[in-house]
Amino acid sequence: MSAAYRKERLDRGIKARSDDIFALASYRELLYLIGPRAALIGGLLIFPLLRDIIGLVWLNVMLTACSIALLALSWDLLASVGLVSLGQAMFFGVGGYIAGYLNDAYRVPPLLTIPIATVLGALVCTAILYPVLRLRGIYFALITLTLPLLFQRLIEATKILGGTEGLSALDPLPETTVVVYIAIAAVLITLFGFRRLINSDYGLVLKGIRDNDRSVIAAGINISWYKAQAVFLAALPGTFAGALLTHQLQFVGILAFTANYSILPLASTMIGGVGTFAGAMLGALTLVPISELFRGFGTWRVVFYSVILVIFIVGLPEGIFHYVQRQYHQFERRAPLSGDK
Amino acid sequence: MSAVPILAVDRLHKRFSGIGAVYDVSFELEEGAALGIIGPNGSGKTTLVNLITGFVRPTSGRVFFRGKDITHLMPHERVGLGIARSFQMVRPFYNLPTFKNLIIPLYSPRARRIKGGEYGNRDEVAIHLLEEVGFERDSQVPYKMASNLPHGYLKRLELARCLALEPEVLILDELFSGMSLSEIASLLPLIEKIREQGTTLIMVEHRLRELFRIVKEVIVLNFGEKIAEGAPPEVIGMENVRKAYLGTEVGASA
Amino acid sequence: MAILIYGLVNSIILILAALGFSLTFGLSKVANFAHGGLYLFAGFAAWLLHKRLDLPYSVAILVSIVLTSLLGALIYRFILQRVRGIELAEVIATFAMGVAIIETFRSLGFVTFEFNLPPFVKGGTRILGVAIDYQRLFIIGVGLLLAILLWVFTHHTKIGLALRGIAQDEHTALTLGIESDWAAMLSVAIGSALTAVAALTILPLGIISIDLGYEVLLIAVAVSVLGGLESTAGLVVGGLILGYSRVIAADVLGTQWQTVVYLVAIVLVLAIRPSGLFGKFKELEERV
Repeated sequence: MSAAYRKERLDRGIKARSDDIFALASYRELLYLIGPRAALIGGLLIFPLLRDIIGLVWLNVMLTACSIALLALSWDLLASVGLVSLGQAMFFGVGGYIAGYLNDAYRVPPLLTIPIATVLGALVCTAILYPVLRLRGIYFALITLTLPLLFQRLIEATKILGGTEGLSALDPLPETTVVVYIAIAAVLITLFGFRRLINSDYGLVLKGIRDNDRSVIAAGINISWYKAQAVFLAALPGTFAGALLTHQLQFVGILAFTANYSILPLASTMIGGVGTFAGAMLGALTLVPISELFRGFGTWRVVFYSVILVIFIVGLPEGIFHYVQRQYHQFERRAPLSGDK
Repeated sequence: MSAVPILAVDRLHKRFSGIGAVYDVSFELEEGAALGIIGPNGSGKTTLVNLITGFVRPTSGRVFFRGKDITHLMPHERVGLGIARSFQMVRPFYNLPTFKNLIIPLYSPRARRIKGGEYGNRDEVAIHLLEEVGFERDSQVPYKMASNLPHGYLKRLELARCLALEPEVLILDELFSGMSLSEIASLLPLIEKIREQGTTLIMVEHRLRELFRIVKEVIVLNFGEKIAEGAPPEVIGMENVRKAYLGTEVGASA
Repeated sequence: MAILIYGLVNSIILILAALGFSLTFGLSKVANFAHGGLYLFAGFAAWLLHKRLDLPYSVAILVSIVLTSLLGALIYRFILQRVRGIELAEVIATFAMGVAIIETFRSLGFVTFEFNLPPFVKGGTRILGVAIDYQRLFIIGVGLLLAILLWVFTHHTKIGLALRGIAQDEHTALTLGIESDWAAMLSVAIGSALTAVAALTILPLGIISIDLGYEVLLIAVAVSVLGGLESTAGLVVGGLILGYSRVIAADVLGTQWQTVVYLVAIVLVLAIRPSGLFGKFKELEERV
C-alpha cells in the first residue's frame, strides 16, 4: 500500500519560460503574467461605473470592503515584521475620531481632515504602541486586543468626543462613486507600495526582525525603531479608512472601535494568505460581499468567520492566494519512486 | 596608538535568578591585541561575551570601550561603535539565499556609514564578502538557500556577517567548533589578515591548539571566575587551570 | 467598611474568573483565549441540564464541569496541538474559537432574562454590619480553597510538578519521559474545569449575559498581566488590586468606569513593567 509514486510539483512550461524577463517571447507569455493582475485591477476600476446596474447599496459594500482591505493590508505589514495585531479597529477608530473631531469642533473641511487624521492618527497610534514593541510578541497582541475596548469604554465613561452618541452631522464627501474610486485607489496604492517595500532591502530587515531578531540586533540595527516605523506605515491605511468612512457616513461613534474591524481584516488575510498582501486584499474583497449576501444570518456570520479563521490557521496556513497561485504556476503529477523509470 | 585600552571590563558580575554565571571578571585589552577566552563547559564564557556585547545586562560591573562607559548601551548601539560578535549556535536567515543574509548587516547604520552603497551595490558587496571568507569564486554556493549550507560554510557566513560591519573589536564565540582541521587551517590566514588590518580580536575557544596559533594572551574562566591570565604556555602549565579542565572533563576535549 | 467587604468579594470573583486561564498558561505555556467561551459554555450547559433536562442541580453542575473540561481538551487536541509553539497562532486560534462559541450562543438566542442559575444557598447575613448574601460568602470560600489546592497541586504533587517542568523546559522534560502533548492537554482540561467551577459559582449572582464571555477574558488577561503571567501570588495580588480598584471606582466615579479599570491596568502594566508584579519573565533584552 505504501506509495509507489510520489507527488512532485513542477512549474508549468509557460511559467518557466516567462520567469526571466528576457525570455518573454510571445504575447501569450506576457498575457500569462499580466493577465490576472490586469483583470483584477481593471475590474476594480470599472466597478464603480456600473453603479446604475449594481445599485447604491453594493457600492457602499464596496466601500466597506475597501476599508477592510486597507485594514487587512495593514495587518499583513505588521505580520511581516512579526507583530500580530488583534485590534486593527484601533487604527480605524483613531483616524475616524480625529477627522470627526476636527470637523465637528473646528469646521475643518474633509479635504484637510482626512489627510491630517491619517498622518496624525498614525503618529498617535505608533506613540501608544511604542512601549510594547520592546517586548515579546504576545504582549503586542494583548495590548492591541485591549486598546479598542479601552477607547470605547473611556469615551463612554468620560463622555468626550460625543460620548455614546458620537459626533454627527459632519461634512459629507462628493457622491459615492467618487468616494469609492478614492478608496479603490488607496487600496491599490497601499498594495503596490507595501509589496515594493517588503521586497526591498528595507523589507528584508523587517522580515529579518520577524524571523530572527537576534541576528538583526547583532547586525547593529535598532529593532524597536524599525518596528515603530512598520507600525506607523501600517497605521496609515487604517487611519485613512477610518477618516474616509467618517465623512462618508457623516458620523463617528464608538462603533468605530468595534471588534468587527479587527476580526474581519484578520480573517481576510488568513484566508487570502499571510505575507502576500494581494491575499489580504482579495480576502477582504471576497469576504465582505459574501458577508453582505448573508446579512440575514445576523450574528451567525461572526461564528462563520471565526470558524473559518480557525480552519485556516490550523489547516491551510498558506492561505487561498498561495494555493491558487501555486495551482496557476505549477502542476502536480505522480512521479515513480526511484528504482522505476 | 592611545594608551587607553580599546576594551576594558571592570568587575562584571551576573546572576541569573539566584544562580551565578559570571563573578567579578575584569580585564583590559589593548587595541590590535588578540585575546583568547578559555575554560571548561559552563564556565561562563558565552555569558561574558553576552555581557560585553550587551545581550545580557550585568548585575553589577561595567564595560568600557575606548575609555567610555558603555554598560548601559543596547546591543545594537555597541555594534554601531564597532564591537561585533559571532554566535556559538549559528542561526542564519534560513529562508534567504546565502548572500542575502549579508544584506541586513550591510543595511545597518554602521555599515552604511563606512561602506556606503545603494540597492544594487549591496548585493555585490555581499558576494565580495563571501569570497573573502572563502566561498569559492563563481560558484553557485552564495546563491543557495542558507538552509542548505553545510556546517563549515555556515560558520564562514557567520564570520562574513561580522566583517560586513567592519568591526574594531571582533568577538568570535567558538568559531572553530564543529570544523575539521583542514577547514580551520584554511581560515587561519583570513584571521591573520583581519588582525593585520588592526582589528582587535577576542576568541572564545575549546580548540586550544588552534587558538594558541592566533592569540598571544589568554584568560581562563572556571565556574564564572577568572582563574588565570597570561601567555598560553604559562597558563597551560598552571595548576589551577589543569584542575579546572581535567577536573570537570575526563579526557578534556581539544 | 462596606467597601472592604465588597472589595474582597469582587477580588475573589476576579481571581476565580482568571484562575483557569492563568493556570493553563502557567502549567503549559498555552494561552487559552477561548477562556471566555468556556466560561459561558459551563453556565449554559448547567442551565440546560438543570432546566431543560430536569437533572438535579448538583448533578447538572458536575456534568457541566466535566463537559467543559472535555471541550477544553478537544480544543487542545484539534486546534492547539496543530499550532503548538507558534504562540501567536495559538492566541488567534483560541480567541477565534472563543468568539465562535460565544456568538453561537448569541445566535441561538440565549439572550433573555430567563437564563440564570439559582444560587446554592439562598438568603444572607450581616458581617461587621455589612449585608452580604451567602452565595458571595460561598464564593470567597471556594476561591480560597481553590487557591490553596492549586498551590499544593503545582508545588507538591508529581503531576503538578511534571507539568510545571514541561512549561519551563520542554526539552529536558521530554528526556525525562514526560509526554508533552498529553500533559498540555491535561493542563488545558484542568484549566477548563476550573473555569467551569468559577462560572458556576459566580453566575448565580446574576443572569448569564452573553457579553460576560468577553468580559471574563478581559478579566483573565488583566489579572494575569498585572500579577505576572506565571505566578499564583501574582494572580491573588493582581486580583485584589483590581477588585478593590473596581469597587472604589464604582463608588467614587460611577459604574461605567468599572471596565475602564481593567483596561487601564493592562495598558499601564504593559507600558511600565510588562512582566507584571510577580512576573518571572525578563524583558526582551535578556535572552540570547
